[in-house]
Amino acid sequence: MRAGLSALLSHWLRHPVQLAMLMLGLALATALWSGVQAINAEARASYDSAAAVLGQNRMERIVSQDGGPVAQDLYVALRRDGWKVSPVVEGRLPATDLRLLGIDPLTLPAGATSVPLRGGADLADFLSGGGRLYLNPETAAGLRPDGLPALRTDPGLPPGTGLTDVGVAQRLLGMEGRLSYLLVSPGAQPDRPLPQGLVRRAPDDGTDIARLTDSFHLNLTAFGFLAFAVGLFIVNSAIGLAFEQRRAMLRTLRALGLSARTLMGLVLLELLVLALAAGMTGIGLGYLVAAALLPDVAATLRGLYGAEVTGTLSLRPGWWLAGLGMAMAGTLLAAGQSLWRLWHLPLLAPAQPRAWARASARSLWRQGVAGAALLGLAAGLLAFGTGLGAGFGGLAALLIGAALCLPPVLILVTGLGGRMARGALVQWFWADTRQQVPGLSLALMALLLALAANIGVGTMVSSFRQTFVGWLDQRLASELYVTARSAQEARRLEAWLAPRTDAVLPILSAGTPLFGRPGEVYGITDHPTYRDNWPLLAALPDVWGRIAAGQGLMVNEQLYRAEALALGDAVDLPGGPLPVVGVYSDYGNPRPQVLMAPEALMARFPDTPRLRFGLRVDPDRAGALAAALVADFGLPDGAVVDQATLKALSLQVFERTFAVTAALNVLTLGIAGLAMVASLLTLSGLRLPQVAPVWAMGLTRRRLALLDFARTLLLAALTAMAALPLGLVLAWVLLAVVNVAAFGWRLPMQVFAGDLARLGGIALLAAGVAGLVPVLRLARIAPAALLRVFANER
Amino acid sequence: MLLTLTDVTKTYATGEGPLTVLDGIDLALQAGTSLALTGESGSGKSTLLHLAAGLDLADAGRVELAGVNLTTAGDPVRAGLRRGTVGMVFQQFNLIPSLDVAANLAFQARLAGRHDPAWTARLAQVLGLCTLMGRYPEQLSGGQQQRVAIGRTLAARPQLVLADEPTGNLDEATGDAVLDLMLRLVADTGAALLMVTHSPRLAARLDRRVTLSAGRIT
Repeated sequence: MRAGLSALLSHWLRHPVQLAMLMLGLALATALWSGVQAINAEARASYDSAAAVLGQNRMERIVSQDGGPVAQDLYVALRRDGWKVSPVVEGRLPATDLRLLGIDPLTLPAGATSVPLRGGADLADFLSGGGRLYLNPETAAGLRPDGLPALRTDPGLPPGTGLTDVGVAQRLLGMEGRLSYLLVSPGAQPDRPLPQGLVRRAPDDGTDIARLTDSFHLNLTAFGFLAFAVGLFIVNSAIGLAFEQRRAMLRTLRALGLSARTLMGLVLLELLVLALAAGMTGIGLGYLVAAALLPDVAATLRGLYGAEVTGTLSLRPGWWLAGLGMAMAGTLLAAGQSLWRLWHLPLLAPAQPRAWARASARSLWRQGVAGAALLGLAAGLLAFGTGLGAGFGGLAALLIGAALCLPPVLILVTGLGGRMARGALVQWFWADTRQQVPGLSLALMALLLALAANIGVGTMVSSFRQTFVGWLDQRLASELYVTARSAQEARRLEAWLAPRTDAVLPILSAGTPLFGRPGEVYGITDHPTYRDNWPLLAALPDVWGRIAAGQGLMVNEQLYRAEALALGDAVDLPGGPLPVVGVYSDYGNPRPQVLMAPEALMARFPDTPRLRFGLRVDPDRAGALAAALVADFGLPDGAVVDQATLKALSLQVFERTFAVTAALNVLTLGIAGLAMVASLLTLSGLRLPQVAPVWAMGLTRRRLALLDFARTLLLAALTAMAALPLGLVLAWVLLAVVNVAAFGWRLPMQVFAGDLARLGGIALLAAGVAGLVPVLRLARIAPAALLRVFANER
Repeated sequence: MLLTLTDVTKTYATGEGPLTVLDGIDLALQAGTSLALTGESGSGKSTLLHLAAGLDLADAGRVELAGVNLTTAGDPVRAGLRRGTVGMVFQQFNLIPSLDVAANLAFQARLAGRHDPAWTARLAQVLGLCTLMGRYPEQLSGGQQQRVAIGRTLAARPQLVLADEPTGNLDEATGDAVLDLMLRLVADTGAALLMVTHSPRLAARLDRRVTLSAGRIT
């Protein structure tokens, strides 16, 4: 046994580059997979932590039947009636991303854990004077304290959430006299009905944000899995070569008395030891990848969903154990074909290294049929399926089907090239290229997937960017935006600005539930600024007239699609329903939103502060006006924002949002390049019997090497050509199916020829770099090595 | 003289130190003649053949082929000679697996720019390959593969045919038939033949016979 194992392991000592490729492939595959899983685990932990900041996700609540706030008087009445309830005020602090949670520590139910309130001293501090605002240190660092109570930090709080006294929260959120909901203490409650308009709601079994972000995490997982699969191609290539090179030794070991079962056990043991070592390396690398990507992922989640995720990574035992498990399972999967061959290895058959390629060629046709079936399934799912499941299912079938079809297509194309070729050398070039396809098929499939993912995701992001920039130009039509600190200051500002601007356009907003989800209502003045610029997707005739007359409202695309609304459908709001008269695009906003006349908004939400204004002014005078506003009114930084700054800020958020996608794209392409290197190195060792006769018949090694290089570039170019339509279909699925199901908006697809040409160039460059080592090796190979092909003796 | 080897020495580096495989070899071969090279395993027969073809370089001495000193000629010159002047028949056949029989037969002639379809067709007929033209090497028996290899070499009408145990992988009857063919065709084309063989019986059928022992001609 020991002798057998040492014989097997001696192979790796004699082929250290092969061992390095195997370990590198597996380590990279594990790294990207476990890195993505670590990010997902961290994000989900953040969601849970945000939902459970008070343990309130486990408590029953009393809420208003219409989804609006609960009057504070009703809370007082309930307490007097013997109800053990505690008030909570929840909302987003205006002009920030901070989720504010106001509580009353004295009535908080016993089961609710309030992180900062661990002792009497803390409680006194919490309730003292102007109150305290408790924040995660990371959140506190990025917050301007203007108008906020004294800040206290506590790492136990989730990022993006501030905890304070209920009275302070009411003041900060403009909810004086109103509460968001009441927490019900576990245990007996009065056996009396609740006052009219209030209902009891059972605890949630999952958080809204977790459900909302599922598609994003699925997306990341899919990318991680793609990278893992590409990495396994490298592993498969290295193990396949090792098997071929050890075929004679394996047969000898069998002949010397090792049973097939024992030999199989030894090979499995060897593989698992290697997988364990590579897996642990991969997990270490995965941690680094996750730590590097997490800030960008956090930015994406904040930008797209308004979800807060901590920017630091913690090590979870489940995560690294799962990573090791994936490394082991992946290795066994990649080695499956070789293990099967080992099991069926005939004891006396002559060693035939090329038989491997020939058998692969036969199985490629079967693989092509399976690929075509999967493409048919993808077409069916995308044409007739609905929702995110069908979208991702269709995507998976499309990508796998196309990858499976690639080698047979390449065999057909190279066969056609050979038939059309004139001249012995060109004919041999095509025929030899055709023969290389089975050996390179896995690497080429990996390259196809990586390129298609790059084209697809790149086209999606570029389309998004183009649309987003155009949309920003329309939405941010005012030259300046100003925010007052109080209603009194706002009135003074309006009076001061009237003679100095072309128009002062108040921007009113109020939070209210829309179809059971937290939403926003905006009030905008009827003005050509909006009539001429606002991007509408659908509208009834005279939509702006109807809005101005208070006869209807507009909804954003996400609400329109999520609730399958039609023009004319009614939207329930405090003060009665209003019909939908228009739909506008609202990229990047995770919440449902409606838009109505300011008068209609004030009638329904009378406490809405009138603090923000859009100012129309000659762009040349905008800078001077902004300076005058700051000088005359002493407005703080950020209270006056010009259009260009706001656009730049929005674009910055956008770019960060997709930075993680770009990083994963580059990593996947890098692994595909490595897969090419591994396969070409593998083949260069097996190719000598095919190259040597041609050399003997009068071709120089240099010329043979150049032909080999051209062959690699040709296969990469053909693969890139196949990746182009695949990537564009992928982009279409992402834009028209997955995006709509995941985010609620649809983007027009735009193809950027320059980007595609650049990617084609990168593919050729990657293939060229990958092919360089084997080609140089062939160009410099010693004649003695080639002669060994012919000579059995000297 | 078509091929001349003068005081040729070739040494290989091995784990146990340098190993001299050819030690002061002198040999000459005229056009239209045949020479059998015999000797024990490891005596240097294949190495001598490789030096004659310009596949390898001598450490000392001079190898001259068709008036060109191979010892000093560069890689492109030696490749050109292999393409146009020399034809090799290997023990392992060494056909090009990605090409069918027809393409393999014509391959070297086309490389040399001397492809004559009528001559290739005649060779195919004489070698009994007409029904196998669409097959690939892996679909042929050993004897069939060796006939294709001989056809490939002769289709280019080389001045010098170098054959390294061309019948070594064949049974006696097939080997005899293949050698008959080769001798007849070499005679038809007026080429010189240098053939390595272990078999004294086959060696006796060639014009001359030289035996190598421990790197020297005996």
